[in-house]
Amino acid sequence: MNGFYEFQFYLFSLLAIASALLFVTRKNPVPAALWLVNVMFALAGLYVMLDAPFIGVIQVLVYAGAIMVVFVFVVMLLNLGRSELTDLRSLGARLGAGVVGLALLANLLVITRQRVPRVALAPPADNEVEAVAASLFTDYIVAFELTSLVLLVAVIGSVLLAKKRVRA
Amino acid sequence: MMPILFAALQDAAVTAPAPALRAGLTVPLVLLVLLPLLGFVINGAIALAGPDSVLRRGGTDSTTARNPVVTVVGPGVLLASFAVAVSIFLKMRSLGAGAAGPLDAPLVVTFARWMPVGNLAIDWSLQLDQLSILMALVITGIGSLIHLFSIGYMRDDASYARYFAYLNLFVAFMLVLVLGGSYPVMFVGWEGVGLASYLLIGFWFGEKANVEAGKKAFVVNRVGDFGFLVAMFLIWVTTQQLDYVGAHAALGAMAGSPVVLAIALFLFLGCAGKSAQLPLYIWLPDAMAGPTPVSALIHAATMVTAGVYLVARAAPIFAGAPEASLVVTAVGALTAVFAATIALRQWDIKKVLAYSTVSQLGYMFMAVGSGAYTAGVFHLVTHAFFKALLFLGAGSVIHAMHHAYHQTHRRDDPQDLRNMGGLAKFMPATAVAMTLATLAIAGVPPLSGFFSKDEILSSLFARAQGSPLASASLLGIPGHTVLYAAYGLGVLTALLTAVYMTRMLMLTFGGSNRTGEAEQGALHEAPGIMTAPVLVLALLTVIGGWLNLPALIPIGPVGTLDAWLAPVTGASAARLGGTAHLDHNTELLLVGIAVVVGLVGILFGVLRYRAPIADKAHSPEDTGLLANAYRVDGMVDALIVRPFRGLADVILGRGVETGIDRAFSAGGTMLIRTAAFMGEKLQDGDVGKYAWMLAAGALALIAALTLS
Amino acid sequence: MIAEALIVSAILFVIGVVGVLTRRNAIILFMCAELMLNAVNLSFVALAKLHNVTGQVFVVMVMCIAAAEAAVGLAIVISVFRHFGTVNLSELRTLRG
Repeated sequence: MNGFYEFQFYLFSLLAIASALLFVTRKNPVPAALWLVNVMFALAGLYVMLDAPFIGVIQVLVYAGAIMVVFVFVVMLLNLGRSELTDLRSLGARLGAGVVGLALLANLLVITRQRVPRVALAPPADNEVEAVAASLFTDYIVAFELTSLVLLVAVIGSVLLAKKRVRA
Repeated sequence: MMPILFAALQDAAVTAPAPALRAGLTVPLVLLVLLPLLGFVINGAIALAGPDSVLRRGGTDSTTARNPVVTVVGPGVLLASFAVAVSIFLKMRSLGAGAAGPLDAPLVVTFARWMPVGNLAIDWSLQLDQLSILMALVITGIGSLIHLFSIGYMRDDASYARYFAYLNLFVAFMLVLVLGGSYPVMFVGWEGVGLASYLLIGFWFGEKANVEAGKKAFVVNRVGDFGFLVAMFLIWVTTQQLDYVGAHAALGAMAGSPVVLAIALFLFLGCAGKSAQLPLYIWLPDAMAGPTPVSALIHAATMVTAGVYLVARAAPIFAGAPEASLVVTAVGALTAVFAATIALRQWDIKKVLAYSTVSQLGYMFMAVGSGAYTAGVFHLVTHAFFKALLFLGAGSVIHAMHHAYHQTHRRDDPQDLRNMGGLAKFMPATAVAMTLATLAIAGVPPLSGFFSKDEILSSLFARAQGSPLASASLLGIPGHTVLYAAYGLGVLTALLTAVYMTRMLMLTFGGSNRTGEAEQGALHEAPGIMTAPVLVLALLTVIGGWLNLPALIPIGPVGTLDAWLAPVTGASAARLGGTAHLDHNTELLLVGIAVVVGLVGILFGVLRYRAPIADKAHSPEDTGLLANAYRVDGMVDALIVRPFRGLADVILGRGVETGIDRAFSAGGTMLIRTAAFMGEKLQDGDVGKYAWMLAAGALALIAALTLS
Repeated sequence: MIAEALIVSAILFVIGVVGVLTRRNAIILFMCAELMLNAVNLSFVALAKLHNVTGQVFVVMVMCIAAAEAAVGLAIVISVFRHFGTVNLSELRTLRG
């Protein structure tokens, strides 16, 4: 049982990472967006395996289903299609970025190893959604309300920004 | 200042002689120095406030020429000083000074504390003893004569007042030099005469060459001054005293030690600078750019003799360092012959006399170096007589030549021997005087030069035969070799001296006149005010020998100077010379040789130089080695001056000026521009760049977190 | 599993960083930012398993904010595209220092 679980876990991880790599290397924004969606699906799977099914579901619904849709929508709207040849930066920049990335990765791994204890997974809680809801609407109610405010501002802002200037 | 000074005089401290002496001599002593200083102040005020002054640039015709106040004050203070000096001298004589009298030890008058620093306490003090009063007499006496001569010579010069101001200043400092009671006070005089010399050499500063000559004199003297200073430091470090009485007593006890040797050598370096010995003589020929009376006073009779005075004054030190004394003798001998060879081929009348002075100074150093202090000082005095005479006579000649050229508006060199000739019939008095001087310097008896020069040579020979100095050795060369060699060079120099002086005489006064038909009408004897001092000096040149007649020729009182100076230098002379004594026959032989050599030289000169020569305009330029003084100036320029200039260029010009100055002035702006440049580059709107910076910053933070 | 999840999160995050540094297209850049946010979400969820449920609450917050950010950001991109005709960042340099 544990072995199967681990296998699944690694499978989803690999999917996520591979999709991410494919995502950053696509020239065309549309396939890139789709690969990102794939990453999100894999991550949703991981969330479920980490005993956060609610998060996993809203990941698919909100992130993949709404936010990424907006991205693809805008891409289509701007009719970008195949991007110009100069989209990717120079080889030097890419190598540099690679170096920075690796350095960052090394650091993060070291920190992880240092500070995170290797413990066995606790058994899943009975009602995860309830737990989340309880915490969200009591301890973090202020944050919740503020988030809705942010969303309101975002709606107004994006409408204003994207509006065509009708007046001359 | 005067009230303070007089108050200080009331409680001036006096050492050694009886209190009865104190009131008698202290005031005159101070007066002696203050009178010329007063002259400087008055003449200086006239020069500054007068129409010629830099403070008041009047019309181009403004001048202090023939200003009557200056004419009275300038020479007047000198004559007054001389009178005071004579009165002091007579008082000292009457006290039986010279023998074991009350003035056996010097009279030191202290005025005020100068430098009380820690345990260093230097006082303003004057020391009166036989040596210093003798020097003071020479300075004020010959100085007075030269001041009188200058009234005529500088009469029409626009800067008449300034001239006398500087000349008075010089005399004041020279008196401080010889009357000072300690090395620092002497050094004040030493530097002061250097300053006055610089001011007077470059007196006609409109001409660049004169200014350069003044600078050269000052800079070369500085090298010597360095030696003097180091010697003073050494004396202080060793004995904690700097006054003559104390320091000499302490150093005398340390005779033979390396410290005393070092002090003596450094003091001699100072002498070499001031008295134009090898290798620091190069300033003296150039110093002829100054007015001729200045050359007479400063560069013949007084300032250049300061070095000889110093050795005589510091006799206890030199006597305690036989090697240093041998060095002094050797350098003196070499300089004497070196300069004499150059004088053989100089065409400027003043340059001949300048090199002659260097050569005769060499004689004086030969004497004091070998411990014959009296002989050296004797020659100093007689040389002052006949060299001043020669310079003043040359001044008269130049004055006449200049006047003649001025009348006919001809531009030619009034100082060149080739333009002279046959002047005897135009200026008979001057001619006679200068002939006497030439005979004296050649050592013809019974003129003064004969006695003094002969005494030097005899002393050298006597000491070479056997004395403590002869037993010493210099760098492996035994002392008697050095002394014999010095004697030999001295005789050779005597020959050369006779030759070049006769040459000068013949070319100037003998033969036919080369100045020109038109000019001859304007050539005449100098006015009385100029000729009178010349004649006085001629008289002194003739009878000067009486000062120190040798036992060999007892035509008058024997060894007067010897006895007079004995309390000051006798002990040191005995230390170096022992009981060196020539027997009667040897001495007669030496005298004979000297006289014969002198006469041979004169004869050779007469025969060789009576043939007519062309005047300067028609003569080819003399590029010979001697005429160009062995091209030493060129060597100094190439070896010392140019490298220094180059070094200064690099260090100051390129290093300091461009490096440091620019760093401070332009550096500030460059710093800000760089910062602005960086800021500009960082915020150019390129989002990708911002992303990079974010990533880099985040990486740094996380790395810090990891490593902590 | 938590450590592995964190490692995966780190890898995804780094890929996102590299993407931001390498690409010039504004929209792709945005999507890389989204990838980074997702990686962080994974971290939160994993650590929520270690500690308490606050991690998951925070994920909800992140998602909301990401949505708002995406909306506004894309609106800006559209506006920029209308004005400059391009979304290539190298050519969008008028906001100079």
